[in-house]
Amino acid sequence: MPTKEEVFEKIRTALVDALGVDEDEVRPEATLVGDLGAESIDFLDIVFRLEKAFEIKIPRGELFPEDVLTNSAYVKDGKVTEEGLAELRKRMPFADLENFAQNPVVQDFANLLTVADMCRFIEGKVQVTG
Amino acid sequence: MRWYWIDRFIEFESGRYAKAVKNISLAEDYLHDHFPAYPVLPKTLVIEGLAQTGGLLVSEHNAFLEKVVLAKIPFARFYAEALPGDRLVYLARLESISRDGAIVSATSHKDGQLQAEMEIVFAHFNSSQIDSLYEPESFLRMMRMLGAYDVGHAADGGPLLPPARLLQAVAADHAQNPPQNCHRQPARPGDAEVPNCSGTGSN
Repeated sequence: MPTKEEVFEKIRTALVDALGVDEDEVRPEATLVGDLGAESIDFLDIVFRLEKAFEIKIPRGELFPEDVLTNSAYVKDGKVTEEGLAELRKRMPFADLENFAQNPVVQDFANLLTVADMCRFIEGKVQVTG
Repeated sequence: MRWYWIDRFIEFESGRYAKAVKNISLAEDYLHDHFPAYPVLPKTLVIEGLAQTGGLLVSEHNAFLEKVVLAKIPFARFYAEALPGDRLVYLARLESISRDGAIVSATSHKDGQLQAEMEIVFAHFNSSQIDSLYEPESFLRMMRMLGAYDVGHAADGGPLLPPARLLQAVAADHAQNPPQNCHRQPARPGDAEVPNCSGTGSN
């Protein structure tokens, strides 16, 4: 059963290996896309590394529910609707969506996820101590 | 010149690993430009050879239903040059696979010494628009030419066989367009229903 620090260490290793960034760049508040330079294909790589590091399975769309953003029921004029935001809050309890909710432009969603969000996501899938 | 950067498989264990060889010959044209008077196999073509070894391993695991494209090289390290006369032994090991893609760890050895190592991420790319790139007969011919069905084993340990879907597609195509100049190749596992033919299709 890992501690929160061990979860962060493993996530940092995964991000360093997947994104070629320095360890000190991987801070809790760093965004994966904006600060660490992740591109869409990197998320596939990151998911593989997290699955291996924590011996878990991460179903498609669980970490990054892109299907919500491509669903016309949840998007109008390039912005996520209230129903869409409710769905995102339900699907992403690990992420802080409040800043995004103030101006929910779909294109900005990719830059939402932080390292801390990813830690909370993993902590929700593995039992942590401490 | 054909875009084959492996010569043949020497081991093929479905869902686990594949091992292939690349023999480097001074007869290969590109070596005379890379570089004049100092021929050396470009590192990018070592990557391509390992990607072909790993890509076919990934693709076979899903009975070739998914289009597999090289998406990313998280890291690649090279320790020695590959020169005319060298024989590189490529090993691609399937680390993880999902609906979206796969990750493979890969090595190249020369004379028993590590020549290169890398990770390769493949993405599954489903699009009916590129079906024409994967004409079943050409695909089966390539896998046979590379010896995958001569040396390969399925996950259950039995001989590696071509997917029934591909064999049926070839048989259906032959029923509609009877091939010309057919001749039998030496019998190989799983190819009893499908003649190998020259003079049809493209390679």
